[in-house]
Amino acid sequence: MNIVVCIKQIIDPEIPAEQFQLDPGSKRQVRGGLALVISAYDQNAVEVALQLREKTGGKITALNLGEPEAKGAVKSAMGMGVDAGVLVSDPVLMGSDAFGVAHVLAKAIQKIGPADRILTGCVSGGTGDKMVGPLLAEELGLPYLSFVSRFEAKDGKVIGRRLVEDGYEVVEAPLPLVASIISDDANVPRYSKLKDIMAAARKTVPVWKAVELGLSMAGVGPRGRRLDVRDVALVQRDSRCELVTGETPAEQAERLATRLRELKVI
Amino acid sequence: MVDILVVADAQGAPPSRNTLEVLGAARRLADDTQGAVKVAVPGGVVEGLASALFAGGADQVLWVEHPLLARPAPDALVAALTQLVPQLGAQVVLMADDSRNRDVAPRVAYRLQAGLVTEATSLSAEAGAVVFRRQVYGGRCLAEIAATRFPVVGTVKPRSVAPVAERVGHPGQEIRASVTLDASMVRIAVLQTVAEEVRGVKLENARVVVSGGRGLKGPEPFRQLQDLAQVLKGAVGATRAATDAGWVPVSWQVGQTGKTVSPDLYIAVGISGAIQHLAGMSGSKTIVAINTDPDAPIFKVAHLGVVGDFKAVLPPFAAALKGMLQA
Repeated sequence: MNIVVCIKQIIDPEIPAEQFQLDPGSKRQVRGGLALVISAYDQNAVEVALQLREKTGGKITALNLGEPEAKGAVKSAMGMGVDAGVLVSDPVLMGSDAFGVAHVLAKAIQKIGPADRILTGCVSGGTGDKMVGPLLAEELGLPYLSFVSRFEAKDGKVIGRRLVEDGYEVVEAPLPLVASIISDDANVPRYSKLKDIMAAARKTVPVWKAVELGLSMAGVGPRGRRLDVRDVALVQRDSRCELVTGETPAEQAERLATRLRELKVI
Repeated sequence: MVDILVVADAQGAPPSRNTLEVLGAARRLADDTQGAVKVAVPGGVVEGLASALFAGGADQVLWVEHPLLARPAPDALVAALTQLVPQLGAQVVLMADDSRNRDVAPRVAYRLQAGLVTEATSLSAEAGAVVFRRQVYGGRCLAEIAATRFPVVGTVKPRSVAPVAERVGHPGQEIRASVTLDASMVRIAVLQTVAEEVRGVKLENARVVVSGGRGLKGPEPFRQLQDLAQVLKGAVGATRAATDAGWVPVSWQVGQTGKTVSPDLYIAVGISGAIQHLAGMSGSKTIVAINTDPDAPIFKVAHLGVVGDFKAVLPPFAAALKGMLQA
């Protein structure tokens, strides 16, 4: 019952607007001195994996494709309790599109060894295109479930709760499978224990290069991209907020209602 | 000339707002390139649907008949579209960005070796290319992505694109399309669909949305929000912090992973304004923020703000609105 959790290190997406800068050449966010974090839903995926292990045993491996700094993300997943970690980092792989990323991750997962659940976050910071999970399932020829918040094992299959527009579906899927994880109150990421952080610091994280993975290089890197990102531009927001004041909350409330009427909103 | 295949959702007749929006985007793209718009309806003939789809911009409606498509099964739809798109020679395949299609679109693109854009907020034709625009970095930036090789698969973000003005009585062609599917293709079984309680208007269709965040500190204050929403005939939403805490159902979430809403009035109560939340509501026409923290980022996107405790502000606010709306 081994599990691979695909995580992605990103620049903290919740930085204030004034700290957000785009590089005019690469059209990517400038890292500068900004903090790096594990993309939020990937942490929920780690939590789901840890809960599954508590019930059914098995080994969890965290996998990150990224810059050398992403070793830190792998280590923090290990600090949460993940057994092992792998970083795939190679300049030739940078600039891959989601198809390229899925191909690299699939090859790395095959190299890690048999796993019956492959989890990703449901959407990442950065492009936020929700593509890698389903493309990874296709690469591996496995069934796929998106936006799952909970899992339980049942007779060699899994029962999952999958978020849909007006509620959720209870779905049954065979193993192995790929699933993307969304947060809910049952999978809030746990805090790392100091002893686990210390233990993670002592473990080594192997760094794999492209040549070790048996990749089809035509589909990876910037030249493998299927579409052309022509431009990325900052969205200008009208940021003038009119503050409604008053001596008492009741007065503020009255004035707010009056302003809405004056502006013909209501 | 760009030929477009729109994949309708399973709503039946009349078509859903999502389907009409995607159809609107497709129609405008086709008009700019003298192309045609076909709409695939998975499952087969639906009484009364074709005329509504013609009115919404379709030239042709394809009833894709197969028992496995009668119930929503992403696996079966992936296989069906993988057969249909090359048969029809469609260059652009469009569908709404919903819970079904976020499973379907990437896998169809993979199998067709096509390009893929998700959550497009607009599309246009430009000198041999189809250009998609979508938000990146949680809505801080807008990216322009050009497809010059076809087919390309795209999902359209709900409430981003307008339907076309209804073309009443517009003629069109109905065709039955058949696909070869096998039950073994369907690997996921839906055992149960649980609808979470929604009182009043649906969030994504509401003209007024009242949302609560971490500042509510528990599930009980959402009653106050419901009272206000009732006065305004609106819906109640929540941030990820509130749904993660289990205060309200996940289906109430507005944001990058929840619903995208663009109501006439959005009232953010006890919401700090995390980028993941802004991504789902910053298109609202008028945004009101009520928060105790004057430095909260929500005030950077709000048009009207009240720095104060919602517990004290909401009851007189609801009462004042009630008085105005009755007058």
